Amino acid sequence: MLAMSRNDLLLFLGFTIAVLAMPIWLQPFGAAYPDLLQRFTIYAILAVGFNILFGLTGYLSFGHAAFFGVGSYAAVWSFKLLSMDAIPAMAFAIVVSGIFALLIGYVSLRRSGIYFSILTLAFAQMSYNLAYSVLTPITNGETGLQLDLADPRYLDRAFSAAPAGLPSPTLLGAPLTGYAGFYFCAGFLIIAFFIAQRITGSPFGMMLKGIKSNQTRMNYTGFNTKPYTLAAFVISGMYAGLAGALLAITDPLAGAERMQWTASGEVVLMTILGGAGTLVGPVIGAWLIKYFENIFSAINDSILTRFFAFLPEGADHVAVTIASKFVGEGWFLTLGLVFVLIVVFLPGGIMEGVRRIVGLFNRSGKTPRHTPAQVQPAE
Amino acid sequence: MTMPNVVLHVADVHKRFGGLHALADIDLQVEEGQTHAIIGPNGAGKSTLLNVIIGKLAPTSGTVVFDGAILTGRKPYEINQLGIARVFQTPEIFSDLSVLHNVMIPALAKRDGAFKLNMLRALDSETGIRAEAQDMLEDVGMTSSRDMAAGSLSRGDKRRMELAMCLIQHPRLLLLDEPTAGMSRHDTNTTIELLKKIKSRGMTKVIIEHDMHVVFSLADKISVLAQGRIIADGTPDQVRGNPKVQEAYLGGTH
Repeated sequence: MLAMSRNDLLLFLGFTIAVLAMPIWLQPFGAAYPDLLQRFTIYAILAVGFNILFGLTGYLSFGHAAFFGVGSYAAVWSFKLLSMDAIPAMAFAIVVSGIFALLIGYVSLRRSGIYFSILTLAFAQMSYNLAYSVLTPITNGETGLQLDLADPRYLDRAFSAAPAGLPSPTLLGAPLTGYAGFYFCAGFLIIAFFIAQRITGSPFGMMLKGIKSNQTRMNYTGFNTKPYTLAAFVISGMYAGLAGALLAITDPLAGAERMQWTASGEVVLMTILGGAGTLVGPVIGAWLIKYFENIFSAINDSILTRFFAFLPEGADHVAVTIASKFVGEGWFLTLGLVFVLIVVFLPGGIMEGVRRIVGLFNRSGKTPRHTPAQVQPAE
Repeated sequence: MTMPNVVLHVADVHKRFGGLHALADIDLQVEEGQTHAIIGPNGAGKSTLLNVIIGKLAPTSGTVVFDGAILTGRKPYEINQLGIARVFQTPEIFSDLSVLHNVMIPALAKRDGAFKLNMLRALDSETGIRAEAQDMLEDVGMTSSRDMAAGSLSRGDKRRMELAMCLIQHPRLLLLDEPTAGMSRHDTNTTIELLKKIKSRGMTKVIIEHDMHVVFSLADKISVLAQGRIIADGTPDQVRGNPKVQEAYLGGTH
C-alpha cells in the first residue's frame, strides 16, 4: 500500500536531503541561522497545505491565515493549560483548526470561483477582528496570547513542581530551541510533504485534479464533488494549523496579526511564485519570500555603500540611492518586481522555469518524446 | 404481443422559461436496447429535453422515470450513479489531464461511487482500472494518444474520448447530444460505426442529432420535436413519410 514509484521516491529522498541540509547550503546566502530556518520550514508547510486546495483542487482561498492563527492560539492554550510539551500542542492545534476549517469550508464551498475567494476572505477578516477585540478573553487582544507564570499547566504539574521562570516548549523533556527547533520543524515539513505527495498520487488526488479541470464533468460522471472539495479544504486547513502550532512552539506567543489578510495573501504569493499544482513549487516560493522578507529587508545604506565601493566617486552614490529603494523597507518592491516578472514570463511559476530548462537538456539529447500531460498552472 | 420493456419514461413534462413554453406536454417512452433519436429544427427544445432528463434543469411539471426510479429532483451525480451517462454537444472533458486519466476517472466513479476518501492508495496501483481504460481506448481507436493532454486533442478526438468516458461506465442509458456536430465526414462515419458497435451490445441510447444521415443509420425510433411539442413518433420510415414532419422540419427549414 505504501509502495512508491521510482520517480516519487527519488523526489521524496531529494527533498528530504535538501531540507535536512538547509543549514549547510543556505550558509553562502547568509540565511543559515536557526530562527530563519525554522520560519522557512514552517511557511513551507503552510504553502504545501495551501497547494492541496489551490493547486490541486483549484479553489483559491484568500483566508488561509485564519487557520494558521487558530493553530497558533490553540498551541499556546495547550501550553498554558496542559503542558509545555510540543506533541499535545500540535495535536490540539490540528484538531481545532480542522474543525474551524470544516465550518468555514462548509459555508464557503457553496460557491466557487471569485465568490468562494471572497467568502474565505470575509471569514478570515472576521476571525482577525474577533481575535483582535471581541474574543480578548481567549486571544488577549492586541497584546497577543502569551505564557504566564500563573498558567495552570495541569499535565506538567501532575508530574513536577513549577519551575522558577517562564518555561519554554519541549519535546518529551528536550528543549526545542535553536537547531533542535529547526530539525523538529524540518521533520514535520518532510512528513507534510510526504502526505501531500501521497494525496497527489492517489485516486482522491486525481478527483481533486478532475474538479479543478472540469467540475461539470465530474458531476455528470457520478461524483458528488462537495465532500471532495470539503475534504481538501479541511486537510489544507489542518496543514495551516500545524504550521501555526510550530510557529508557536518556536516562539510561544500568538497574535491576531497572524490572521490578517496580508498573511493570507502571502501564502497565495508563495504558491503562485513557486508553481501552483506542483509539489516542490510552493516550498520554493515560501523559502524565497521568507528570504526576501528577512535578508533583503536587513540590507541598509552602509552595506550598499560597501557593496558599490568599487564604482568611481559619484557613480557609487547614484547606485546606492537607486538600490536602497529596493532593500530595507523597500523589499516589497523587489518582491513585487520578481513576482510580476515570474507571472508574466513563467505563468507556471519557478517550477515551470525548471521544467523548461530540463526540457532544453532533454531535447539536446536524442530521445524525441511526445508531449506528456502536465498539470496546467492555475489562473 | 409482448409489452416492450420501457427503460426511460418522460411523462407529461412541461418546461417554461418565463413566457416561453420550451417543452409542452412531452411524453416519451424509450425501450430497452433501442436507439431513440430526437430530431427537430433549431430551438425546438431538444437540448432542454435532454437537460431535463439528466437533472440539469428541473421541469415545470411532469416527471421523468428511469427504470422505476424518479429522476426529477435528483442531482446529476445521482442520476449518473443510477446508470445514465451523457455526451455533451461541446465535449466536457478534463483538458488538463491525460487521455488515459480522463477515461480512468469515470471508471473510478463506477467502482467507488459518488464519494470515497481513498488517499492512501496510489493511482499507479489501480492496475485493474488502468487496464479497463486502456481496453476502452483501444475500442475507440485512441491508444496512440493515451498520454497526451486531453486539451490538445482534435475536436473529433475529444468527442471520441468523451464517448469512451461514458462507455467505460457501462451505462444502462446513454444520452448523446449531437455526437457528430462539427465533425468531418470521415470522423462522422467512424463515430457511426462506433455507435453501431455499442448498439450491438444492447445499450439503450437517446440521441439528438441534426445530421439525417446519422439519424437514419442509427435510430430504431424517432421522435420529432417542433416548438416544444412532439409532433411525430415512430420508426424512421413512418417519420420520413409523415407530412407534418415534412412541413415542420425536413422541408420547412432547409
